[in-house]
Amino acid sequence: MKSLYLAIVLAPLIGSVIAGLFGRKIGRAGAHWVTITGVAVAFACSAYAALQVFSGAWPTFNEGIYTWAVSDSFKFEVGFLVDRLTALMMVVVTFVSLMVHIYTIGYMRDDPGYQRFFCYISLFTFSMLMLVMSNNFLQLFFGWEAVGLVSYLLIGFWFKRESAIYANLKAFLVNRVGDFGFLLGIALVLHYFNSLDYADVFAAAPLLKDMTINISGGTEWSLMTVICILLFIGAMGKSAQVPLHVWLPDSMEGPTPISALIHAATMVTAGIFMVARMSPLYELSEVALSVVMIIGAVTAFFMGLLGIIQNDIKRVVAYSTLSQLGYMTVALGASAYAAGIFHLMTHAFFKALLFLAAGSVIVAMHHEQDIRRMGGLKKYMPITYWTFLIGTLALIGFPGLSGFFSKDSIIEAVRLSSIPGAGFAYLLVLAGVFVTAFYSFRLFFIVFHGKPRFDAHTAEHLRESPPVITVPLILLAIPSVFIGAVTFEPLLFGEFFRGVIFVAPEHDVLAAMGEGIHGMMGFLLHGLLGPAFWLAIAGLFAAWYIYMQRPQIAAATKERFAWLYRLLDRKYGFDDFNEVVFADGSRKLGTFLWKVTDLKIIDGVLVNGTAKLVAASAARLRHLQTGYLYHYAFSIIIGVAVILTLALI
Amino acid sequence: MSSDLPILSLLIWLPILGGAIVIAVGGGNRNASSARWLSLFFSVIALWLSIPLYTQFDTTTSAMQFVEKVPWIETFNIYYHLGVDGFSMPLILLTTFSTLLVVLAGWEVIKEKPAQYMGAFLIMEGLMIGVFAALDSVLFYVFWEAMLIPMFLIIGIWGGPRRIYATVKFFLYTFLGSVFMLVALIYMYIKGGSFAILDLHTLPLSLTEQILIFLAFLIAFAVKIPMWPVHTWLPDAHVEAPTGGSVILAAIMLKMGGYGFVRFSLPITPDASMTLDWLVILLSLIAIIYIGFVALVQEDLKKLIAYSSIAHMGFVTLGFFLLFDIMEATGQVRGAALGIEGAMVQMVSHGFISGALFLCVGVLYDRMHTRRIQDYGGVANVMPVFAAFAVLFAMANTGLPGTSGFVGEFMVILSAMKANFWIAFAAATTLIIGAGYTLWMVKRVFFGEVGNERVAVLTDLNKREFLILGLLAIAVLGLGVWPDPLLEVMHASVDNLIQHVTQSKI
Repeated sequence: MKSLYLAIVLAPLIGSVIAGLFGRKIGRAGAHWVTITGVAVAFACSAYAALQVFSGAWPTFNEGIYTWAVSDSFKFEVGFLVDRLTALMMVVVTFVSLMVHIYTIGYMRDDPGYQRFFCYISLFTFSMLMLVMSNNFLQLFFGWEAVGLVSYLLIGFWFKRESAIYANLKAFLVNRVGDFGFLLGIALVLHYFNSLDYADVFAAAPLLKDMTINISGGTEWSLMTVICILLFIGAMGKSAQVPLHVWLPDSMEGPTPISALIHAATMVTAGIFMVARMSPLYELSEVALSVVMIIGAVTAFFMGLLGIIQNDIKRVVAYSTLSQLGYMTVALGASAYAAGIFHLMTHAFFKALLFLAAGSVIVAMHHEQDIRRMGGLKKYMPITYWTFLIGTLALIGFPGLSGFFSKDSIIEAVRLSSIPGAGFAYLLVLAGVFVTAFYSFRLFFIVFHGKPRFDAHTAEHLRESPPVITVPLILLAIPSVFIGAVTFEPLLFGEFFRGVIFVAPEHDVLAAMGEGIHGMMGFLLHGLLGPAFWLAIAGLFAAWYIYMQRPQIAAATKERFAWLYRLLDRKYGFDDFNEVVFADGSRKLGTFLWKVTDLKIIDGVLVNGTAKLVAASAARLRHLQTGYLYHYAFSIIIGVAVILTLALI
Repeated sequence: MSSDLPILSLLIWLPILGGAIVIAVGGGNRNASSARWLSLFFSVIALWLSIPLYTQFDTTTSAMQFVEKVPWIETFNIYYHLGVDGFSMPLILLTTFSTLLVVLAGWEVIKEKPAQYMGAFLIMEGLMIGVFAALDSVLFYVFWEAMLIPMFLIIGIWGGPRRIYATVKFFLYTFLGSVFMLVALIYMYIKGGSFAILDLHTLPLSLTEQILIFLAFLIAFAVKIPMWPVHTWLPDAHVEAPTGGSVILAAIMLKMGGYGFVRFSLPITPDASMTLDWLVILLSLIAIIYIGFVALVQEDLKKLIAYSSIAHMGFVTLGFFLLFDIMEATGQVRGAALGIEGAMVQMVSHGFISGALFLCVGVLYDRMHTRRIQDYGGVANVMPVFAAFAVLFAMANTGLPGTSGFVGEFMVILSAMKANFWIAFAAATTLIIGAGYTLWMVKRVFFGEVGNERVAVLTDLNKREFLILGLLAIAVLGLGVWPDPLLEVMHASVDNLIQHVTQSKI
């Protein structure tokens, strides 16, 4: 087992290193073959391992690989923990990564940075696997930051574009704000548990349940609450939760394949995975769960709203990702970790599908991303059209498709939750369903239906993408349809996550839900009667009516509610605020500290001032050295007299 | 241990002799080529000689190893006394490694008096090793001051336009600092009759005496590291120094301040350290945050890296002085060694990273003769290989896990949490600030469209530059992926130090 797991991690790394160091020698085909082989090996081994783990043939694997460092009798190890949660993540990550690798051959065909791109995405796959397979906080943090690095490199892949290099710097810095909290959380864990191994920490956690710490004057804080919230700040950065979400929309500056892989399917779900992994800690703090739930709900609803007014095809999908990440986070807050992971998985498939389909459109339109210049693409690109439709239906939670099961179970879980704030969260996630359906179908109709709004030249060259692009679309469409129905029961209500995800009995909303629902069909029927389904249908029809039937309504609404439009257009002012307060503020503070404190006060007054003082006194004292003997003799006599006088007294 | 060769003496005197030979052979501008090859030969020999210090090091003891001791000035009980432990040995290896790189880096770049340039670095190598190996405080002081001379010359002769201002400032600052140290040493000699550093460790001193001695040492070491507010010589010195001077300054000379704290301040004045630890911690945090903001707005590449160095050295002083707060907060010392070892790793790692960053600036400066950030832009378009290295080192500078820059900061932050939440909080802001100033610089220099026609004609790394940066990249990644071999040699010495420091001298 150990060598198999090592192979899973190392295969993409080796591929990446070869493509990176010898890219020029092995050429473009060499680069994609070596990296695709690496990822294919990782996927095949992951799938095999997952089957063994799921069936129970292989026990949970928890072993060190090597000792990174020993200091102060703390042992920091690099090691793997492979249980069902990890195995599931490994399959999702390697599968989507493999699809994206293949797709890239078509999408990046003419790009001069071809080999570099393959190097990066394989490196990403390695980092993400290290993150999910870790059995300790140190390696988790390594994977956490390493995926952030690759994200930085890939958002700025086209480093000539000013917007791309602005976006990647922003992404890295915002993520670092999250990591700042995350690292403090890890440090607190080490402080109180004296270990960074999950097993040790989870075993000792219940003992520290009631411990309080005093960090702010008189107030006593629950240790678990502080740790969980700090760790969650990390998740807010990586999984783009309000207010650390600002980097994700801009990350769309990167090539589309990585938007699918990193900024939709895998990396951004690292936060969700992390909280689920830490369920033994989060279950000990209702305050933390409440915070998680409210942040998630706010993200789910308000970020969805922003999707409505975007005109860049990728940005619409990006805001949709933000909103869906909010749903996953809400599930975590409701202690429905399994539902969060379930939605993570279904979302990985259908959102990767949507992004890759959007990429297919972008390639066909010669890198045009503005949906106002599209329209009527259905007849030109049938495969893209149908797969995009499947992805969209899965996203809005159309009954029977994968997204339906995962999203409805989240909404249901929030309804049943008794965590403070659940009522508020329930309203937002419910309203979010309408919004999701509305922006999704707005995009769908504007892009694929109606009259073409591009010129004849574009129309001439417009055709369906080649198989390297369409085959991954089809392969992703299949799980987008079926994976929900197939895995719904075992994942949520079975024994699947027993011993992996820990839920306190009083928080166990999924168990409560399981009692009221009988099987997959039962849930389907239940869903058809529930409000979520009708809200989704309403959103769909509203989009159809407004954008297909009465386009003037959209314009009129925009005028009537100009203030609202402005608010959404400014993205609630987060970017402006950050730009003015943090970016400009830091530069001003830095300039002040440098020009005034360092140069004027320390150097000007203290250092050079001392030098001047010495020079000035020397100039005075120089007059004493007249060179005349009788002056010196006179001084000596006076001096002796003074000393004698003092001595006598 | 078993070796009979006086390795430490060889490591000190061979480079000094080598430097003299190089200058003799290549004085003026004659025989520049043979001077270079001779320098390379001597620096390789020194590196090769230093390897047994690691391979034959006994990790189980905190006692001094490879000891040499002969009387020097018997009237004053002064010995030529050398030896290394887990604190000094890694720094000696760092010195021999860095010197080799500096010789390579100056290869064809230094056109003016190349033999004297290389010779000065070789002589300085021997003197710096002397500082780390000396176990007699007079010997230490002699090396400590002597080392200033070659550096003074390197900046003064091969430096930039304001080199005179910079050298005088550098010299006065450090000289003034060390005078206080000398007074403290003489005081202790008068009191205890010995200049042996290990004797000073056990010399009984009252709290008042300790505080005065502590402050005297603090001034000497704070200038060297440097700590706020006695740091302003460093940016000036770096800006005017030639590339090799900056590398040695950042990689080795700053470390002497840090080394001084563990060799002198903490063990000689434990009670004063406990009384005044808040001062060091406060100054360290100021270095990390305040200097970080100052680094953000620098317009000169070298100044930016210089300020970044000060901020990173803040982790060194912070890590050394956490133990008293940890004891106070938790009632035990567990976690203190984490901080001290983290600080030591940070010193070695900073040697690699800052050295690499200054070499990167050197690569650019050699081609464009400017260090202003605004003169660049889009360098990655024309120098892709170089850009890859630069981004790697920049990431290491931001403390990315997997690079050496992460290890020390991580350990110090973990240790700081044991002492106090808010110390850890303040220290951890480096994650954001450090990333801010480093990556904003990378963005402006390397990314974007080609900035101007001078950038457009830049050529990528040559083989020599590739070799130098490649070696450093291996070091940075190796230490990041597997720091244990470095930590292993420190454990005994660190444990011994903690045990010693926690015992009051009063």
